[in-house]
Amino acid sequence: MFGTELDHFVRSPDWTWYILGYFFFAGISGGTYVLASLLRLRGDSADEPAARLGYYVSFAALVPCPVLLILDLGRPLRFWHMMWNTTPDDTGLNFKYWSPMSVGVWALVVFGAFATIAFVEALVRDDKVRIGLARRAVRLLDGTFGRGVMVVGTAFGLFIAGYTGVLLAVSNQPVWSDTWTLGGVFLASALSGSVAALTVLSRYRRGAEASADALTLAERLYALLEAALIVLFVLTLIQTGSLDIVFGFPWLLLWLVAFAGLVPGLAGLLTARLAVTGNGIAVAVHSASAVRSVAVPTLVLLGVVSLRAAIIFSVQ
Amino acid sequence: MTEITPGRSYGFFTDTSVCIGCKACEVACKEWNQLSGNEPAFGDGFDNTGNLDAQNWRHVEFIDNVPDETLGSGQGKAWLMMSDVCKHCQHASCMEVCPTGAIIRTEFDTVYIQPDVCNGCRDCIAACPYDVIEMEESKGVVQKCTMCYDRLQSNLEPACAKACPTESIQFGPVDELREMAQQRVDDLQAQGVTQARLYGDDDSIYGGLNAFFLLMDEPEAYKLPDKEEAVLPRRNNTGGYLGALGTAILGVVGGLIALRRRREPGIASAQDDGSEGDVRH
Repeated sequence: MFGTELDHFVRSPDWTWYILGYFFFAGISGGTYVLASLLRLRGDSADEPAARLGYYVSFAALVPCPVLLILDLGRPLRFWHMMWNTTPDDTGLNFKYWSPMSVGVWALVVFGAFATIAFVEALVRDDKVRIGLARRAVRLLDGTFGRGVMVVGTAFGLFIAGYTGVLLAVSNQPVWSDTWTLGGVFLASALSGSVAALTVLSRYRRGAEASADALTLAERLYALLEAALIVLFVLTLIQTGSLDIVFGFPWLLLWLVAFAGLVPGLAGLLTARLAVTGNGIAVAVHSASAVRSVAVPTLVLLGVVSLRAAIIFSVQ
Repeated sequence: MTEITPGRSYGFFTDTSVCIGCKACEVACKEWNQLSGNEPAFGDGFDNTGNLDAQNWRHVEFIDNVPDETLGSGQGKAWLMMSDVCKHCQHASCMEVCPTGAIIRTEFDTVYIQPDVCNGCRDCIAACPYDVIEMEESKGVVQKCTMCYDRLQSNLEPACAKACPTESIQFGPVDELREMAQQRVDDLQAQGVTQARLYGDDDSIYGGLNAFFLLMDEPEAYKLPDKEEAVLPRRNNTGGYLGALGTAILGVVGGLIALRRRREPGIASAQDDGSEGDVRH
């Protein structure tokens, strides 16, 4: 039914700051896990510091996720009802594949396990944890098994970073249910934000600067991907006549921040293309100034929050 | 009223053509269900309860169609009054998305929110296409019409139907109500009230509504989605996940391209431009 103009007579669910926070941290947690795993799967040991940094960030961003979700509930102490049905005579595990909130709860639990394993592994490999049992356990993650764990964890990371958009879409709310693009928009934005987070934090991680160039290029490609999805988002909303809800004032100001976060990446792509001479010789387009490595990623991260805020709040 | 039997499908037939807007249904509902109600607030009409919400499980809509100049009798459309209520949909959007299993279909085929199971996630509010469910802040759970589940279990008809002085609200087995409704709309049509129509009496609206209506105007006039608009949230699962999957594939491919070791001179490393002094270890 996407693409059809519908009248919506629904009430706002009052999903506000806790949910915005969750959407942001879930995006960063999933995205940084994905980036860390991709760095590792490429198999260059020079990327290992950045990969471990990615797993640290992923775990740190994961921690607030359940807290925010639980605090958002009307009855926080019943959070476990998401997983266990307490209906008399019908008790048992709750899993509804057609309800993204139900799927998301389980995905967060599973991804949490992967992110925690990767976090502990990074601590052990960094010699921050020197327990024999942990070392032996980490050795299990060498080789094919470890790569398999990373691949599965990456799949869950991608899911966690993007399903939040599908969660909004599977409703009867204007805008949210009018477009199929939200999962993609949130995922692309999460990847952009994750690159930005790693770029900022790599200043504090010895050896991580070796991956700075790769992160710069990733930032550009993900900015392009996010921009393309925002264009699709706009086109689908034009089709359903709900564009003015999400792009009206004051939400336009949040969009301006989100767009500003895309500018460095897109400009970098443009510059890179223009910088290639007719002989195929490219000129340097990267600099590691404080602006480049702190201010720009911070702007990207603000854009990630603003984009989600505009989509969540404008409808309510 | 015959005996209310578990296993049979019960519902309301609300005939808006005879509703006089007395709000007896609202009062009876609040009395029985011990709902304190909200502070009354008048808008630009005579309606002081506003909407269905956590405190108003019945709400009499006053839809003012009175023309500026008297042109005729109004043909029953000058004031549209409708005692609105949860529709107890056969294909209920709220029930579909509820992650806790708190929203169930009872032995009377009604849709019921178990207050001791709900954890207040509010996904059902985002899904309900009729603006019925609301969070009850004092309890931390969502609330809506139960069709007086406790009364049904005691072989009593719901309080609103019991109190309605014009029999605008009829309670009974859904199959019997549908026959009654069809007869009523046929009678009205025969009398020249051509705008009379049924809403939700067949499966074209959410598989059929256990609480269905005789309307005196288009559904949109009562803020009710029509057949084309009565769609379930799950319709967006496939498109939503496919959009995310496509992005995920592009994201991984893009990542693999970007995160390979860069040897081209186009992008210099941090060490090359001598700025590694900024890096704190």
